[in-house]
Amino acid sequence: MPAARIIPCLDVADGKVVKGVQFKDHRVIGDIVDHALRYRDEGADELVFYDITASADNRTIDPKWIHEVAAVIDIPFAVAGGIDSIEIAEACLSTGADKVSVNSPALTRPELVAELAEAFGRQCVVLGIDSYEDDEGTYRIKQFTGRPDATVDTGRTMLDWARDVAKLGAGEIVLNCMNRDGVRQGYDLAQLRALADAVDIPVIASGGAGTVEHFADAFGVGCSGALAASVFHERRIAIGDLKDYLESQGWEVRR
Amino acid sequence: MSLAILDLGYGNTESIRLAFRRLDADSILVSDPASVQAAEKIVLPGVGHAGYGMQRLEEAGLVATLKLRTKPALGICLGMQMLFETSEETDRPLLGILPGRVRALEPAEGRPVPHMGWTRVRDVATDIGISEGDHLYFAHCFVCPESGATAARADYGGPIPAALRHKNWWAAQFHPERSSASGADFLKAFLSA
Repeated sequence: MPAARIIPCLDVADGKVVKGVQFKDHRVIGDIVDHALRYRDEGADELVFYDITASADNRTIDPKWIHEVAAVIDIPFAVAGGIDSIEIAEACLSTGADKVSVNSPALTRPELVAELAEAFGRQCVVLGIDSYEDDEGTYRIKQFTGRPDATVDTGRTMLDWARDVAKLGAGEIVLNCMNRDGVRQGYDLAQLRALADAVDIPVIASGGAGTVEHFADAFGVGCSGALAASVFHERRIAIGDLKDYLESQGWEVRR
Repeated sequence: MSLAILDLGYGNTESIRLAFRRLDADSILVSDPASVQAAEKIVLPGVGHAGYGMQRLEEAGLVATLKLRTKPALGICLGMQMLFETSEETDRPLLGILPGRVRALEPAEGRPVPHMGWTRVRDVATDIGISEGDHLYFAHCFVCPESGATAARADYGGPIPAALRHKNWWAAQFHPERSSASGADFLKAFLSA
């Protein structure tokens, strides 16, 4: 079996890494290539770059930084943000990205998932899902979560949508549990377990990581990878220490 | 030494070109039989659909060129799968340099498909730059058969050929361009073939 995958996620805007607070007032925290190298050197297994300007401003991702990252790092990376066509995906993959991650555009036009899988193979297609638990305990998904004023409830349930995209050709699902995001109280394990049981493609946990134990919990409910942002950016958790802990709990890790 | 990467409008050509550049090996992109023949070393990239990949090779008139090639060549991921005779992914015949049929990976409890991530390899041949137990990055839904050419194996619901050596051919089911230091060592070994 593959090693438990640790995946730092970086928000980028206008070619810089930013702190993803809100869409207004985002603060530049550094250079994309420097951050990519830092995480590669720390032992990240994969990286995700989320271009928040592309998705918010209806612009496409600038392939320039993708190429700069591809030139220096030797681990896989995915790019996300406003990818809503074969042409944009092609621009990302042909400049060196390994995967594209789509979210809102797939909800608007689900055939996009099939088109991407057919053109590039399903292993290149990551589906991001923003999910929350409603008052009745049903997991439901939201669209356009990048901008609070644009976010809508889709009415869809998370599990139905996840089964649909797996059938259409998604190669992996990143489940972002919105009620956990940013609070560092742990991933939503019940929800992640429900998803991992429902689909036979890899599931990546996102939203809520605060301690090394939280990562082990995600792998324990069947996730293939665990994604986090702030705990890595703020150096609350060092990836080396995290892997030491996971190994002590019996998880295989890559060194 | 001329190193060429086959560019047929599919696959992760640029990612592979950049990986060789990190090893100070410049490469050119080629797409016609004369240029492929002229290259001392050629890389057949991965990613995409086997049927589409074979269609592009046929349209470019490259099937015979690759089958008859005697100088070093490296197939990566899909580029490794296309060395075999047939695939469950397509009705089109593959290159047929090695015997056997490429089959689809079947998902099982706790074993999703695609096989995605860093998996250890075993039974590693001595001259391919990687070591027993190295973690290498895999991202695939189809697997090659055992052929007598297997030069490393991974385990994912059974043994999977992870690398091949056959005459002038090298191949990797994993992505050496994204497999950190071990992947780079594999590419280095190919460069010195």
